[in-house]
Amino acid sequence: MNLLVLGANSDVAFALAGRFAQFEKADLYLASRNVTALEKKARDLTIRHGITATPLFFDAEDCKSHADFYESLKPKPDGVVAAFGYLGDQAAAQKDFHQARRIFHANFIGAVSILEIVAADFERRGHGFIIGLSSVAGQRGRQSNYFYGAAKGAFSIYLSGLRNRLAPRGVKVITVLPGFIRTKMTESMELPEKLTALPEEAARDIHRAFQKSKDIVYTRWFWKWIMLVIRSIPEPVFKRLRL
Amino acid sequence: MKLSGWGRYPLINAKAVSFESEAELPAVLSVAGEWIVHAKGRSYGDSALNQQVITTRRYNKIIAFDPQQGVVECESGVSLAELIDVFLPRGWFLMVTPGTKLISVGGAIAADVHGKNHHSAGCFSSCVLSFQLMSADGRIVHCSPTENRELFLATCGGMGLTGIILTVRLKLQPVKSAYIRETILRCRNLEEVCGAFEQHRAFTYSVAWIDCLAQGSQMGRSILMLGENAETGPRQLPPVRRLSVPVNFPRGCLNRYTVRLFNRIYYGSHPAFVENRLVPLEPFFYPLDRIDNWNRMYGASGFTQYQLVLPKAASFAGLTKILDRIGKAGFGSFLAVLKLFGPENDNYLSFPMEGYTLALDFKIERPLFAFLDELDRIVLDHGGRLYLTKDVRMPAQVFREGYPRLHLFAAVRDKWDKQRKFNSLQSKRLGV
Ligand SMILES: Cc1cc2nc3c(=O)[nH]c(=O)nc-3n(C[C@H](O)[C@H](O)[C@H](O)COP(=O)(O)OP(=O)(O)OC[C@H]3O[C@@H](n4cnc5c(N)ncnc54)[C@H](O)[C@@H]3O)c2cc1C
Ligand SMILES: NC(=O)c1ccc[n+]([C@@H]2O[C@H](COP(=O)([O-])OP(=O)(O)OC[C@H]3O[C@@H](n4cnc5c(N)ncnc54)[C@H](OP(=O)(O)O)[C@@H]3O)[C@@H](O)[C@H]2O)c1
Repeated sequence: MNLLVLGANSDVAFALAGRFAQFEKADLYLASRNVTALEKKARDLTIRHGITATPLFFDAEDCKSHADFYESLKPKPDGVVAAFGYLGDQAAAQKDFHQARRIFHANFIGAVSILEIVAADFERRGHGFIIGLSSVAGQRGRQSNYFYGAAKGAFSIYLSGLRNRLAPRGVKVITVLPGFIRTKMTESMELPEKLTALPEEAARDIHRAFQKSKDIVYTRWFWKWIMLVIRSIPEPVFKRLRL
Repeated sequence: MKLSGWGRYPLINAKAVSFESEAELPAVLSVAGEWIVHAKGRSYGDSALNQQVITTRRYNKIIAFDPQQGVVECESGVSLAELIDVFLPRGWFLMVTPGTKLISVGGAIAADVHGKNHHSAGCFSSCVLSFQLMSADGRIVHCSPTENRELFLATCGGMGLTGIILTVRLKLQPVKSAYIRETILRCRNLEEVCGAFEQHRAFTYSVAWIDCLAQGSQMGRSILMLGENAETGPRQLPPVRRLSVPVNFPRGCLNRYTVRLFNRIYYGSHPAFVENRLVPLEPFFYPLDRIDNWNRMYGASGFTQYQLVLPKAASFAGLTKILDRIGKAGFGSFLAVLKLFGPENDNYLSFPMEGYTLALDFKIERPLFAFLDELDRIVLDHGGRLYLTKDVRMPAQVFREGYPRLHLFAAVRDKWDKQRKFNSLQSKRLGV
């Protein structure tokens, strides 16, 4: 198996790449912006699992480059993980539309740009799977992160449409909905210990969802129920909450 | 975030910063205040605690492996468990391993940990070829037994107080299988077990579980476990079913009666003699690693481990006094372990010295610390000392008396970290 990991410097993506290397013996394309960091990770995964891992430069926001990027992959991947994500700064984005646009770009537009190219290839070959890392933040808008939430919400809807389109061709699309994960993205946040997963735990959940051919997976599992509750709060009440 | 050592006492609020590349560290160190590395948090007490900690959780990559020499180069956050997973199937195992594999390479160096083969292989530092250390001013210093030797001697066993251990080159030992040939002897008292340790020195691995509550003629009765790397057997470990302690045990579960009962059953459950049985290496070295969060067994108030070593000549007399005190006081300890160490090394703060070491787990409760103060006196009177990586309460005076090379350590710190950028709650308590 050849797996393309986009945003491979994400802590979750790296843990997931490790699982695919270990359990699926996957060769890896590790694609992200910081190539020095990727080189170190590629060497680590090669020594641990005896697979080949190739570091590649990839910028999700640079949509123009995506066709050439995908074209350069030989052989073509059997699976793609879209893990890149950008939390951004809500307050800054409220003041400066440029900031807001970056959040949409990095989390949504960039993902659509590259995944459309991937989808076309997989559809043609009738083969492949796509794993998209969205977020439970995309399930209801909150004042503390609605730019990020809106981008992730759009991404979730995009993935669901893609799944619908590709299912007849036997191409699997998995939407991943993480709650809190302890990564560099959330390092400065005070997260509730019991609700926060380690990157390795999230990776295990995602890999298991892949093995079981799930469409949607929450990680950790209890977020499914937490979000059920959060979504069911009536709007007149919700709008008064400080979330 | 909330942070504690393995003993879950004390539990503090701390700011934790992670890093992936050493290039990120100078900026972290330039932030005012003290820092200490917190790795896997398997040290029992306050060695890895302070208001600001640097975690090596994300600094965990393997950099190179030389399959001819068995030399691995890795970042200090890599765990021993990961090294075993990767290299045991290729016929390589750690030269020195403590009783848990869930610790980091950095933690193994900083505490200069020992294993069941201390009498033949020494401490963890004996398999460390070299490492890079980031000192307080953000410089990266290459240390080995020959280069920057004094910094090497201070860092191995130095509990993170000399700087941040970055990448490490380690030597592994070749093994033919993932199995151990185990021999078990039941010893009726302290005299018998000490005699057996001496008699069986030639075994590579040895350790005894000791019933610390047995008194009179049975005082010190033990199960001595001896082992050799097996010449046969697969290199793959069999899968283990993991167990877990999901919540804190309620108060009162552990008391002298339940511990006494446990000890009696445990002692009785071992046959008097087992010879050369083939066991996988995991249960032999890491019996407790199967049980997630076993530290919750001691309840919400946490626990500590009291590990002492006495010089050999004074060991028998000293241990007798200590066991007598424990038996009388009735502070029970499930996990009481006895081992005969080999010679001491040159590191300034390494714990082992030639003689017997005894490790006892105690639930934290009000009268405990006063009782441990009494044991301290016996330990010092017999020329012994306590292990820093287990300690959470020893008085500064006891530390100073137990570690006669402390001035050499302090001199290295004066040279490399005059401002004391690196400090832990423990180092401040002990006035290191
Ligand atoms: C069940 C169990 C059994 C054990 N058995 C043994 C045994 O048989 N023999 C033995 O010797 N010990 C034993 N220990 C103790 C354990 O091996 C040590 O406490 C070890 O240091 C823990 O490593 P850690 O990675 O968890 O480090 P932590 O507990 O996080 O830190 C320990 C110390 O190392 C320092 N440190 C860690 N990483 C670095 C770094 N990269 N740079 C600088 N300083 C660093 C910290 O600052 C701290 O002072 C046992 C512990 C447990 C829980
Ligand atoms: N952590 C959480 O609690 C949480 C919760 C819900 C959802 N998620 C989502 O899960 C995914 C993984 O999260 P994580 O916490 O593992 O993230 P992370 O460790 O913060 O890593 C995110 C990575 O995304 C990459 N990235 C950002 N913008 C990029 C761009 N324009 N082009 C290419 N790569 C880019 C970065 O790569 P470089 O370093 O190479 O620049 C960065 O390493 C993200 O999509 C995130 O939104 C996370």
